[in-house]
Amino acid sequence: MSDVATSAFVRQDLVAERPAPVQTTGFIGVLRTRLFNSPTNILLTIVGALLLWFTIVPSVKFLMVDAVWTGKDRTACLTENVGFAVGACWPYIQAKLPQLIYGFYPEAERWRVNLTFVLAVVLLMPLLIPRLPAKSLNAGLFFIAFPVVAFFLLHGGGIKGFGLSWTVGLLQLFDESIIGAGQAMLNLSKTSAVAPLLWAVGSLIVLVGTAISWLIFPLVWLRDHVQRTGEPVWADFATTAVIVCWIAFLLGGGVRTGGRALASSIATFIGIAIVIKLMGLDRGGLPIVSTNLWGGLLVTLVVSVTGIVTSLPIGIALALGRRSTIPLIRIFSIAFIEFWRGVPLITVLFFATYMLPLFLPGNFTVDGLVRALIGIALFTGAYQAENVRGGLAAIPRGQGEAAAALGLSWWKTTSLIVLPQALRHVIPNLVNSFISLFKDTSLVSIVALFDLLGSLRASFSDPKWSTPSTAFTGFAFAGIVYFIFCFGMSRYSLFVEHRLNAHRRT
Amino acid sequence: MSTEARKPSPQIALKVRRVLGGKAGWNGIAVQFAFAAILGWIGYEIVSNARANLENQHIAAGFGFLRNNAGFDVNQTLISYTGSDTFLRVFVVGLLNTLVVSVVGIVFATVIGFIVALCRLSPNWLLSRVGEIYVEIIRNLPLLFQILFWYLAVLAALPNPRQSISLLGIAFLSNRGLVVPSPIGQSGLEPFLAMLALGFVAALALRIHARRALFQEGRMIRIWPYVLGLLFGLPLATILVFGLPFTFELPQLKGFNFAGGSRIIPEFVALTLALSTYTAAFIAEIVRAGILSVHKGQMEAGSSLGLSRGTTLRLIVVPQAMRVIVPPLTNQYLNLTKNSSLAVAIGYPDLVSVFAGTSLSQTGQAIEIIAMTMGVYLLISLVTSAIMSVYGWRVSRSLDA
Repeated sequence: MSDVATSAFVRQDLVAERPAPVQTTGFIGVLRTRLFNSPTNILLTIVGALLLWFTIVPSVKFLMVDAVWTGKDRTACLTENVGFAVGACWPYIQAKLPQLIYGFYPEAERWRVNLTFVLAVVLLMPLLIPRLPAKSLNAGLFFIAFPVVAFFLLHGGGIKGFGLSWTVGLLQLFDESIIGAGQAMLNLSKTSAVAPLLWAVGSLIVLVGTAISWLIFPLVWLRDHVQRTGEPVWADFATTAVIVCWIAFLLGGGVRTGGRALASSIATFIGIAIVIKLMGLDRGGLPIVSTNLWGGLLVTLVVSVTGIVTSLPIGIALALGRRSTIPLIRIFSIAFIEFWRGVPLITVLFFATYMLPLFLPGNFTVDGLVRALIGIALFTGAYQAENVRGGLAAIPRGQGEAAAALGLSWWKTTSLIVLPQALRHVIPNLVNSFISLFKDTSLVSIVALFDLLGSLRASFSDPKWSTPSTAFTGFAFAGIVYFIFCFGMSRYSLFVEHRLNAHRRT
Repeated sequence: MSTEARKPSPQIALKVRRVLGGKAGWNGIAVQFAFAAILGWIGYEIVSNARANLENQHIAAGFGFLRNNAGFDVNQTLISYTGSDTFLRVFVVGLLNTLVVSVVGIVFATVIGFIVALCRLSPNWLLSRVGEIYVEIIRNLPLLFQILFWYLAVLAALPNPRQSISLLGIAFLSNRGLVVPSPIGQSGLEPFLAMLALGFVAALALRIHARRALFQEGRMIRIWPYVLGLLFGLPLATILVFGLPFTFELPQLKGFNFAGGSRIIPEFVALTLALSTYTAAFIAEIVRAGILSVHKGQMEAGSSLGLSRGTTLRLIVVPQAMRVIVPPLTNQYLNLTKNSSLAVAIGYPDLVSVFAGTSLSQTGQAIEIIAMTMGVYLLISLVTSAIMSVYGWRVSRSLDA
């Protein structure tokens, strides 16, 4: 062994220490490799630093350092009184906060708004956390039950009937309209050139209408009996519950497999009964707060949540229609989608505000907020349709073909196989369009609804708080609120995207 | 014995069924009838209700109102307009204002967007963070919020004309808007413009010639000195011969306001600022995604061929990135045009503001006016998407080849 140690090719002394390698990680490393590694980069770094210096420092100075934090009116925020150049005037926000959140919602009733917010958060949070179970129950509660409860909470008022009365009322309205159309044609046939044709079509329509009225007669009879009882709401509720549970039982497969459907529908009705009893809907419900008193963040959230909830089914229906092979339905869907996507939202809101009332029967007035909601639902629905279509296109053909080979019908293939996969694919896109919907809700302030931005703008004109920095303070506050919502949603969408692409990463 | 294959039967009935009812066959046809009946019913309800409502409100349907006198003023007009002009002229004035703000916005948005995209792609850590902050802040605030912010907070906080901010002594920014020098045409204008056009056409022809020589014969021709000469030398020479094409009338402060120069109304300034900065954030993301979509092997291949970094970018990376960038970029241009309708919130006289706003409240012809307004935007969108589908078709064809 020793001759190896002394042989000529083995070194006898230690190698001289080399200098430590240039650090490429850590703070110093970043400085060296990504900020100051070349003259151009040094110049760019200086430019970037100057940009930040001239934007961030004045903003911080305005929002924090030079800000006035307490005061009763504008005198607290005037430079003459304070002695230095005043930045943000936060007492103004404190004074206007109720208006910015609730609008003119009566002070005594504001707990209802708060309760709705709490309900929304409680239902939404578990829906957003992927790990938690019972997603379909949760989604059903948030997308179907919550909007109804929120309506009665925020707007107030009670109900005079239930499912049976409403169904019968709708059917009767529909039938009257059909008979009316037929009668109008018969009247026209007296003067028209194509009289025989018009007469034939008109009497056919009247005949169909009469036949429908005979068909719905048993329901009408039942409704009248129910209405004559002492507790029409509860009688109607019981009748509806029995009918619906029975139908669910039969559709679920009768005695053999229908138990589950029966149980879930009974549970649903018990839930509805509890809500009716708790809110006293059968006895007039909560005092009515008409929507022209709503305002601020409340309107912003109501409009965006309603838009989200209503636009999704519209979008799914349109996307399926656009992929349908039936010509008329496909053409209609394409035309509908392209029309709404081709016009700006503000013209849609003008359409909903000025044109829609003309299209409805004269005795039928629609609330201003509801009109805007209809416009936004149609507009967003068209955009959602394109998102959903992207998801449908991403599902391999084999999925549908396999379902067909198993003998599933089109409806079952779509609802059980294709749609769940497609929707999961496009969650990030859906969330992104919800972000733009949330931002677009600010447009309702143009059609005389006071959302957060509208309330803010209205508060600028208050002489009690008019100072040079009022506008900047207001915009800073509203900007922070909008940013928190939108930024939160966009981070969530990134998170979901990351999760969905987990299998693609190595 | 005949061994010829039998022809399949024509199956005309099947084909007809397929065309009329899709895959669902007769069921599909039935569904269509039901659907048509529902649509017909809705249409009937709409028409009959609208007729009854219009009768109640004593409004005559039809486009006759377009010939009536408008009777209100518009504070920015590109064509001559007075209060005694017709509603049709109001429509044209509004449309032109919409187009002007859209075009100016598109130009600025593209420039800012590309700059921000380059910032975000820059290897400089600080600069890419600055770009990211810009994009995140702008994208997460509503556009209307930004428009109102510029208009109600920033522009309103500017001093009055007497203390206006001077930009190099030629333009003045105040709460009445931006006053810029206005060009006044002189005798040399026509030859100048003619020579400018000539120089442009000649430079273009030279470029086509040079490319043909390069691709077909492999000859490199150095053309940039000639192009420079044509684009700048020729017009300069005309100026020397014929005199100045135009002179600028500088704005002068007289009393409480500016005389001379032309005034750009504050609404226009606010709207252009907000639209271009907002759309720029989206354009920056599109450009960044487009450039990142080009595989880095392309860049390496270019440099292994001995091309310089600039040439590689120009000839290899950018053309491939453009294929990804152009469709969404057009979409953003379209969005900007549609978003310009938010002008109504601050009273910039665009189509929605003067036509669907003021004219609608004066005449009450809701159906006609809103249909016309929507029609204009729809037409712009459909034409753009038609052009884009032709572009997409050409790109996919060139990819196949």
